Amino acid sequence: MRINGKLWAIILISLFSLTLMASPAFADGSAEASNGHAWWFWPLVLLIVTFIMGILAVLGGVGGGVLFVPIISGFFPFHLDFVRGTGLLVALCGALAAGPGLLKMNLASLRLAIPVALIASTCAIIGAMIGLALPTNVIQISLGITILGICVLMLTAKKSTVPDVPQADRLSSALRICGVYQEASTGEIIDWKIHRTPMGLALFIIIGLMAGMFGLGAGWANVPALNLLMGAPLKISVATSKFLLSITDTSAAWIYMNKGCVIPMMVVPSLVGIMLGSFVGVRLLKIAKPTFIRWMVIGILAFAGAKALSKGLGF
Amino acid sequence: MSEKQPAMLEASPEQVLYARILEIGMYLGLLVLFVTFGLYAFGIVDPYIPLDKISNYWSMNVNDYLKHAEIKAGWAWLGMLKYGDFINFIGVAMLAGVTIICYAAIVPTLLKNNDKVYAILAVLEVIILSAAASGILAVGH
Repeated sequence: MRINGKLWAIILISLFSLTLMASPAFADGSAEASNGHAWWFWPLVLLIVTFIMGILAVLGGVGGGVLFVPIISGFFPFHLDFVRGTGLLVALCGALAAGPGLLKMNLASLRLAIPVALIASTCAIIGAMIGLALPTNVIQISLGITILGICVLMLTAKKSTVPDVPQADRLSSALRICGVYQEASTGEIIDWKIHRTPMGLALFIIIGLMAGMFGLGAGWANVPALNLLMGAPLKISVATSKFLLSITDTSAAWIYMNKGCVIPMMVVPSLVGIMLGSFVGVRLLKIAKPTFIRWMVIGILAFAGAKALSKGLGF
Repeated sequence: MSEKQPAMLEASPEQVLYARILEIGMYLGLLVLFVTFGLYAFGIVDPYIPLDKISNYWSMNVNDYLKHAEIKAGWAWLGMLKYGDFINFIGVAMLAGVTIICYAAIVPTLLKNNDKVYAILAVLEVIILSAAASGILAVGH
């Protein structure tokens, strides 16, 4: 595929931002650093970086939240408490924006989401409470390890377009979790059902806990759980995962908001940046090389994960 | 798959209802958030924390921030809506609250379809999200 000028511009901006972020002022993001600038400097940089993040998230096939928390907490002067609160709102708004369309198209399944969301959102509340109660360096170390784990997951996890589900399990049959969708590319009608429901629901306990604790969103874990473990088709899994975030992140977001971890001057520039970036990213999808972008996203995440780990360890 | 209720290509009535409310709530929430942020950032409504002082607070942990800025956590922001920074919480609360309304709205449809298990699950979700929103689940460092 030919890469045109627009894509090169995006790549150059991304590399520029990475270089900028790796600069001493960013790397040692302290109160002193922020005091050296006008009040609007960091919100403006936040807007620019989240704009690039929004593009990369779409092209790399990841959620904005998973990029936001490690990068912003690692390289900006904001405390992790506010970064997690903002990260949850960023992930929540992305999910709210996508949710209605996915539900109307019947790609996101409300029947699949309701039992999963009940577990994930309850555990996200517990995760948020644990995350806010633990010392910051412990959370920073755990975040670093989690982000590096996500990189490994992104490198190794396979996807199955339509997994083979010989028979629905008893629980999913009782809950009537099944559906039909039409594959737009082939016109084929795909009748889907799921299996291993108890195991899948149990996995969402951990997913919910991590989503709440780190404010990451959880698409990176939702999709493999729904697709590879429970056997939902890939499109249903991706769409239901996106919709699920609107419920899981809502519960954790309330805990962070009630605790005071929301600073509007961080939230709104981040939301605008991510949304505009996603808007551009969708248009760049046609010309981008997904494999290259995905490798770049994994590289950025690994760098941010290592930074979070080193910050937590006090290096 | 149930023989009584075969899966359809179209979304179920409760799914469509949920989607409609979510869409309206999302657009309204974003609109309010962006308008109130404009009032705040352009200095039309005076903030509680002056804009040139905000960078003194965001590197603190949340407990220190609340203490130094003399802000109360939870729903205390409702009493501070005269300030430009706190009016932004209206939009945030709308975005975080729309899911609760969506769940509550589909319960009658689920009951009408005799889908009691899902109606109970939806009610449980409303209770859980409302508990999170209420601020009764307080934590600290």
